[in-house]
Amino acid sequence: MFSSDHPSILEVRKRIAFNKIKDYIFGMIGLLATLIGFVLLFTLFVDLFVDGLPRIGWQFFTSYPSRFPEKAGILSAWVGTTLVMIVTAATAVPLGIATGIYLEEYGKKNWFTHLIEINMNNLAGIPSIIYGLLALGLFVYFLKFGESILTGGLTLGLLILPMVVIATRESIRGIPNSIREASYASGATKWQTIKDHILPYSFGGILTGMIIGLSRAIGETAPIITVGALTFIAFLPSPPITSGFPFISFKWLLDPFTVMPIQMFNWVSRPQASFHLNAAAAGIVLLFMTLLMNGFAIYMRYKFRKRIKW
Amino acid sequence: MIRISEKLKAEVKNLNFYYGSFQALKNIDLPIADKKITALIGPSGCGKTTFLRCFNRMHDLYPENRYEGEISLFPGGLNIISSKVDPIEVRMRISMVFQKPNPFPKTIVENVAYGLRVRGEKRKDFIVEKVKKALRQSALWDEMKDRTDDLAFNLSGGQQQRLCIARALATDPEILLFDEPTSALDPTATSKIEELIMQLKKEVTIIIVTHNMQQAARVSDYTAFMYLGEIIEFDKTDKMFTKPSKRLTEDYITGRFG
Repeated sequence: MFSSDHPSILEVRKRIAFNKIKDYIFGMIGLLATLIGFVLLFTLFVDLFVDGLPRIGWQFFTSYPSRFPEKAGILSAWVGTTLVMIVTAATAVPLGIATGIYLEEYGKKNWFTHLIEINMNNLAGIPSIIYGLLALGLFVYFLKFGESILTGGLTLGLLILPMVVIATRESIRGIPNSIREASYASGATKWQTIKDHILPYSFGGILTGMIIGLSRAIGETAPIITVGALTFIAFLPSPPITSGFPFISFKWLLDPFTVMPIQMFNWVSRPQASFHLNAAAAGIVLLFMTLLMNGFAIYMRYKFRKRIKW
Repeated sequence: MIRISEKLKAEVKNLNFYYGSFQALKNIDLPIADKKITALIGPSGCGKTTFLRCFNRMHDLYPENRYEGEISLFPGGLNIISSKVDPIEVRMRISMVFQKPNPFPKTIVENVAYGLRVRGEKRKDFIVEKVKKALRQSALWDEMKDRTDDLAFNLSGGQQQRLCIARALATDPEILLFDEPTSALDPTATSKIEELIMQLKKEVTIIIVTHNMQQAARVSDYTAFMYLGEIIEFDKTDKMFTKPSKRLTEDYITGRFG
């Protein structure tokens, strides 16, 4: 044996014990890091709920903003947010999915698609106020959509478009090539393959990307202020359903609006403490709107992926 | 030119195939006998799968692939690798079963009926009949008849591969291509698939790529031995495995290399 080179078993044990101490220390650091984030967030939530919860009630949802804090509500804000989100989803989702499919399935891999790809990833990281400036020039002044729900929705749609595209592409890339080949070998065309396989199998992932995008859009304030959303608005947009023919109206698209985060900002910036409570309450509502969307996304993803195992 | 005294389903003449600038197949000549099983054997990387995928134009799915020469399909003698022939038309006439079972994440029926669906078939009872026939041909009917609405992913590997065979059969192909169909399966499932392939030659011309020489010897009527993108030897399977005429073939089938 090489007894002279071999450490004794005692030395080995010492070494192991020392390594284990390092192991333990790192574990503690990790736990601490996790707790700091978690505790801070938790405190924030508790604080928000303690302040805001008493204000939440029927009156809060059905009242316009007011000079009197206890009479003020978020009616115009939540209606505005909902309508803006509808416009955002209606523009970003079809455009984003179509772009993602094109880049993954149709686009030849050349310098042009490569350029688009690089730009797409950069676009997702551009500060949102830049989108606001672009939208102010394009939608408000050039296309003359005014300071409207349409402008707000399109602005946020642009903002989340790269996210939807990236999510779509990633989801499509998750489909094994053998499935594509099976479809083509059956005699399917590209569109048949996309419609029958690519889209249904990637839908869960696409949906997740869409919701993540919308969750970001719902809290955006800067670009919405830039395009001229109002901070005090005491009327609702025109109703989408009318009594006369053709019963559907899109006039609401061009109406002025406000959204939840702007309403919150407005209340927070006032000196009276009771307005701050309103802001907290509106924060809770916004939080729940986001949670609801995420919950929906998780459910849909579960539903779509249940039958798919690669 | 290799000649065989049989009715031909297809004939490969001077086929060259390129992945970009790399020539993967060189001057391939091969007759494919009608309603017989032709096996392609050879060591890894010899081009047998590449060759097989020429028959249903799978290479057209990826850029920079190029064919030269002819694969004539009889009767008619259409050159299926000509750029004037639509690859989709070729794939509608020649089906393929892949190395790894690749059923769609859909039900058994939807899987088998998919080929008919892309052909625009709407008649419900026609589809039902075709599905039933294909499941019978692939020896799945007895196991599956009560659960045709189950998801294909819940089947075992061997069953999934037989489902893929049913999917390929449902559209009455003229040639059925098998790309190492049993390499991902256990021995029991393998022997079932082999049995099935031998049954099927009554109805359809079969070309099978296999890594397994016993499999080629068991199931095929003709065998082509490929090496470095060329066909070294082609003959009746019995003769090839008993009295190969080339030294290289003998070395390969006796396991001296590969």
